[in-house]
Amino acid sequence: MIRDVLLVARKDLRLEWRSRVGVGQVLPFALLCVLLFAFALDVDRGVLQEATSGLFWVVVLFATVLVVQRAFAIEADDGVLDALRLSGLAPSAVYLGKVVAITVELLALEVVLWLAVAVLYDTTLRGWGLLAATVVLATLGAAAAGATYGVVGLRLRGAETLLPLLLLPLLAPVLIGATSASDVALGRSAGPGWPWAAMLGIFSGVYLLLGSVLFRPLMEDP
Amino acid sequence: MTIDPTPVAPVAPPVDVSPSGRRPAPTSTSSRATRILGALSLAGIVALAVFGLAITPPDAQLGETIRILYMHVPTVSAAYVAFIVTAVGSVLYLWKRSEFWDLLAASSAEVGVLFFALTIFNGMLWGKITWGVFWRWEPRLTTTTVLFLTYLGYLAVRRIPTSVRTRATVSAVIGILAVVNIPITHKAVDWWRGLHQEKTIFGTVDPEMQGTQLFTAYLGLTVFLLLFAWLVIHRFRLAWLTERAEERSLDDAIAARRAEGVEEVAP
Amino acid sequence: MASSPVVDLRGVVAVVGRFPALAGVDLRVGSGEVVLVRGPNGAGKTTLLRLCAGLLPVTDGHAEVLGVDLAVAGRDVRRRVGLLGHATFLYADLTVLENAVFWARATGVTPDDAVAALDRLEVPARVRDLPVRSLSTGQRRRVSLAVTVARRPELWLLDEPHAGLDATGRDLVDGLVAEASAAGATVLFASHELERAEAVARRIVTIAGGVVTDDEVVRRSSDAGVGGEVSGDP
Repeated sequence: MIRDVLLVARKDLRLEWRSRVGVGQVLPFALLCVLLFAFALDVDRGVLQEATSGLFWVVVLFATVLVVQRAFAIEADDGVLDALRLSGLAPSAVYLGKVVAITVELLALEVVLWLAVAVLYDTTLRGWGLLAATVVLATLGAAAAGATYGVVGLRLRGAETLLPLLLLPLLAPVLIGATSASDVALGRSAGPGWPWAAMLGIFSGVYLLLGSVLFRPLMEDP
Repeated sequence: MTIDPTPVAPVAPPVDVSPSGRRPAPTSTSSRATRILGALSLAGIVALAVFGLAITPPDAQLGETIRILYMHVPTVSAAYVAFIVTAVGSVLYLWKRSEFWDLLAASSAEVGVLFFALTIFNGMLWGKITWGVFWRWEPRLTTTTVLFLTYLGYLAVRRIPTSVRTRATVSAVIGILAVVNIPITHKAVDWWRGLHQEKTIFGTVDPEMQGTQLFTAYLGLTVFLLLFAWLVIHRFRLAWLTERAEERSLDDAIAARRAEGVEEVAP
Repeated sequence: MASSPVVDLRGVVAVVGRFPALAGVDLRVGSGEVVLVRGPNGAGKTTLLRLCAGLLPVTDGHAEVLGVDLAVAGRDVRRRVGLLGHATFLYADLTVLENAVFWARATGVTPDDAVAALDRLEVPARVRDLPVRSLSTGQRRRVSLAVTVARRPELWLLDEPHAGLDATGRDLVDGLVAEASAAGATVLFASHELERAEAVARRIVTIAGGVVTDDEVVRRSSDAGVGGEVSGDP
């Protein structure tokens, strides 16, 4: 099982490394968003500093939509979804492999994005423990929910444009939790931060479990 | 539409009898039971209006705005019932693979979305009166709006043309994911607004209520649950008949396809 | 025909989207048979092969493949068949070798089997480290065939296996079919290369309008002429 998960994840990451869609398209888009927020919100009144965590996580959610779309677009290559169905790989292994790959790609993107935000929004990064836990758990949750919906776009032609509508409301708790926890970590708001991280952990756990089970009918139903 | 002077029963309308002698399809989604259910719901709405607007006294704290609650609480409750029905239908579809559960889930979700829209609407009216603005980030209303959008996605997926089976499977999965998200969203939004205590529109019947107020609150719940059942049954039957019509055209398509094969052999 | 058929379709209707691509197919194929499925474009050949692979829902009728009822456990059939379709089933951005190894691992055979299959299909060593994207249609076809060969299917479902191949490639396909059949596997293939296909097949099923319109056993004389390497009747 773990062998198959890694097989799929490695394949996805190798494809990403070859095509550089994440580095060449998603990352520049995310940086562009960081820039656009500065134009939309007055740069001189400290709004950006105030809203750093929120803006950061909104950008991450947008990037998640794109990364998920890409992760499943590669399975639309010349009939490979059928080949996966014929291969005998457990659907849950395919699902978890996808989650791993999407998580790794998003984490890489988030590291760069935090640096960009720190420089451009004049934010000092701190509260490392909480920040790291938040980043990992929120990303895992977004990937877990995203991978389940990504395959929907594969099964239904015309559903690709639906992905944001399906995925983003589901990720509203992730946005709330991740923003609140990051605010605490960065010292922008008082109050406990770890309960938020715990909520993100529960979200990830629930959706990983649901995704592993529900991916089977989504992928395999004739 | 022309009026047919001949009695309808027992002769089926000629349009429904195909040359191959199939049984006539039902021409309506109503039955005795639904007519009774419909009459009860409509009478109940009238009674609710009378009780809610005239008979009950204004509330000690909420004043006249409590009257909105007699509708707000039932609509949101019925919507949640609807989404639970959708989730149960979705699970049972994935288990039993029967069209019945799929169509029930779909019908229920449609009515649920309608009720959510009503909830948001009357919640905003309440906000305008209470706060002076249509919208504040009141947790219940915020949650409702997020979930409303979630279920709009569910309905959008169902409109994508595909095979009946794929549509059923995909929407069943979404129906399950969406319902699991209800408590999570609730919790997250509650915590998020935790520091901002503000006057909230009640999510449930207030235990402090007494007398006609309490009666009206429960009357509202009953009436809207009846209305929900009535709408879902009709919507379900309509969906069922649509599938039967599809099946007929499929039968014709299969016959045409076979004929194609025979022609191929003939020469 | 063997007592328990490998493919057993009775009145099978298969709806693709909302179109009845198969409109009541009756077909029984015994173990080790090599069957050519022919018919005009749009007759339902591709649908028939995909249905036998367990990739399509059975709308009506009864379909058993390799002793498994497709309506009940299509999944169990999928891993035992080898489907060669119009699509290559390859990741365009992975190299030939990476594709072969990935699919070998995914189907539970060793990377060595994958390499052996590439050798068998005479995929030149110089293209094995190139991304599939940069290969010609014929070369891609050979790679997908190699992936199919490597998994040693019990039932071969080949949709236009000769299409896009050069003369050597076509001979390779014919050789593979003969080999598979000799080893006890069953082969169902659709082809427009009738002369060549009829030389390989022992039985020709014609479909049109989603139904079987003709079913004939190939005369022995044609066997003797071209299909010399095909070993004995199953």
